[in-house]
Amino acid sequence: MTATVHNRSGVLNRVTGLLAKRQFNIESISVGRTETEGVSKMTFVVEVEDERKLEQLTKQLNKQIDVLKVSDITDKAIVARELAMVKVISNPQIRSEIQGIIEPFRASIIDVSKESITVQVTGKSDKVDALIDLLRPYGVKELARTGLTAFTRGHQPQVTEFKPHSLLK
Amino acid sequence: MKAGASLKELTAVQTGADLLVHALIEEGVDTLFGYPGGAVLPIYDALYRARESFDHVLPRHEQGAIHAAEGYARVSKRPGVVIGTSGPGATNLITGIADAMMDSIPLVIFTGQVAKGVIGTDAFQESDVMGITTPITKHNYQVQELEELPRIVKEAFHIATTGRPGPVVVDIPKDISASIQKSKVTNDFHLPGYQPTVKPNPLQISKLHDALVQAKKPVVLAGSGVIHAEASEELIEFVQNYQLPVTTTLLGLGSYPGSDDLSLGMAGMHGTYPANMALYECDLLINIGARFDDRLTGNLEHFAPQATVAHIDIDPAEIGKNVRTAIPIVSDAKEALTSLNGKTVQVLDHQSWMAQIESNKRDYPLWHDQPQESIVPQWLLKKVHEYTKGEAVVTTDVGQHQMWAAQYYSFDRPNRWVTSGGLGTMGFGFPAAIGAQLGDPDSTCVAIVGDGGFQMTLQELSVLQERRLPVKIIIVNNQALGMVRQWQEKFYEERYSESIIDTQPDFVKLAESYQLNGYRLDSQKDIEEKLPGILADDQPAVVDCRVLQKENVYPMIAPGKGLHQMIGVKK
Repeated sequence: MTATVHNRSGVLNRVTGLLAKRQFNIESISVGRTETEGVSKMTFVVEVEDERKLEQLTKQLNKQIDVLKVSDITDKAIVARELAMVKVISNPQIRSEIQGIIEPFRASIIDVSKESITVQVTGKSDKVDALIDLLRPYGVKELARTGLTAFTRGHQPQVTEFKPHSLLK
Repeated sequence: MKAGASLKELTAVQTGADLLVHALIEEGVDTLFGYPGGAVLPIYDALYRARESFDHVLPRHEQGAIHAAEGYARVSKRPGVVIGTSGPGATNLITGIADAMMDSIPLVIFTGQVAKGVIGTDAFQESDVMGITTPITKHNYQVQELEELPRIVKEAFHIATTGRPGPVVVDIPKDISASIQKSKVTNDFHLPGYQPTVKPNPLQISKLHDALVQAKKPVVLAGSGVIHAEASEELIEFVQNYQLPVTTTLLGLGSYPGSDDLSLGMAGMHGTYPANMALYECDLLINIGARFDDRLTGNLEHFAPQATVAHIDIDPAEIGKNVRTAIPIVSDAKEALTSLNGKTVQVLDHQSWMAQIESNKRDYPLWHDQPQESIVPQWLLKKVHEYTKGEAVVTTDVGQHQMWAAQYYSFDRPNRWVTSGGLGTMGFGFPAAIGAQLGDPDSTCVAIVGDGGFQMTLQELSVLQERRLPVKIIIVNNQALGMVRQWQEKFYEERYSESIIDTQPDFVKLAESYQLNGYRLDSQKDIEEKLPGILADDQPAVVDCRVLQKENVYPMIAPGKGLHQMIGVKK
């Protein structure tokens, strides 16, 4: 789900507080400025049981005075990306082995020390998950993910070529 | 605006507090409910300068101020305005803010805040008003710059009173109200994220009309949305045109005349048998401005199982929230009813349905024991109705007395009934009556309260003493927390845990200590002899009516049961 909001203090609290109050659990959330001055965009992934819950969530968000627009993009053609940084235990011997693992993911090493390296990966959440799984056997010392950010593609396919998309899978 | 006040007189000194006072005058505010304190000293100083412009009501606790403002708003159809100081002043307002949020009462609440420079340092009398009030307000503001104050006040009143009404908090740091205005200010505003839909979609109105003319078992459920939209006349026209049975929610009482033949009375947990059965058996349910609260619907699985549900509500989030809705109409109730009334009226084929409803009304009316020696509370409420000719403004707390008032004080007009519905706040009724009396000085104003609830806010007797407001407080005194006791009797095998309270003040002496008339009425004879005179008097009165302790509210739907599973329908 994406929401464009007024960039005012307390807006994040309004949105997350509302979700908590209505018993929605946030899987991930990311916030940042947009091309318009004073307007921010929030992207959040929320697991909902059914359509009705989803509709209720959209409506409650829309009721917020600082929320300008809410879009449920679950079933839209979207581009979605998340960034993760993974600090992996490594010595010079296995560094090249890790290099080999991360290469197909187009991830990069952004920090190296004697005992560890830090890998940066960008992509959809499932791709990030997959890389983390592969790195885990080496010993993950630290892991940080930004949460997903997304918007709809410039071209939306017609209903006939429609393929449901879930952000959680 | 009071006579003698003008904007020009107030322009000599321009502090933030003066800007606030100007803004209030511009909004047409003439009554304030507030309590001073450190962080609002500059505001109270500005109010002192502008004292000709306002009637400032000083309660003895901030909770009294906000409930009074709620009562005032309900009856006067104008927003209630409240001022409280920072810290405990603000937190004492919380119950009232939450109450107003649940019942969609338009309030604008100004709280003082510590100076901007020390916010976040746990300063003396600091509390996070924004954090605390965000989930219980329609919107809230903390003023960051003096220059934005007039705009924020204007926005606050706009948001509180339009769309689905509700409370708006404006938190004003002390240094902002104290500082001097340097640059020009404007109150122009633009709220792109707040554009309530007021007019109905004509296609949906046609759809509803089509469903209506085909319905065999239609019923109308009227909620407080009808009252907020001032749409009672339109509702009466609609109902009369099609000869529809009408039931109301607790807060919707008075939206349709309770004494009319088509009225079924209130529906819900303690609603009438005909009303609940109509909701259960109908094939078309037209909900106008009610939010399908759980106390109305009972178990949702058994709620209107065969019905096509049409729901008119100004708040889209209420539509489909609890009950699946086939015909959603986002609109102001008045606009929607006006459109509906513009359609060609047809005679409905619903004679057998109406006959069934008539027989339910005849066979299953509300019932209660007949008074012998002591006072039967239901009978008492009937007498209050009789002695005030059904014209009084009635306020209540929450509990048994509230349900009896809802059942037996039949309202024929809107804005006569002031009760705490959604939040169910004890201690609401009496201060709300103070505000209601101020909002409608010419009406008889009766606070029906329990002995429990009254003791939560009785310090406001000072306000009656001070102003000689002719509020009549009727304590339905059963020396118990009646509804709690009833539930313990029914569902906890009569283990009356902390619900029987036989120690209480002598309410007559208590009244006298505030130089008010106090009465104690113990019997049916007492009521018949003394109550008419007390209610007709132009003086305030505290009337301690000793009622049967173990009387229950019936009919009743036990928790988890459906509308058709009422108990206590007949004696």
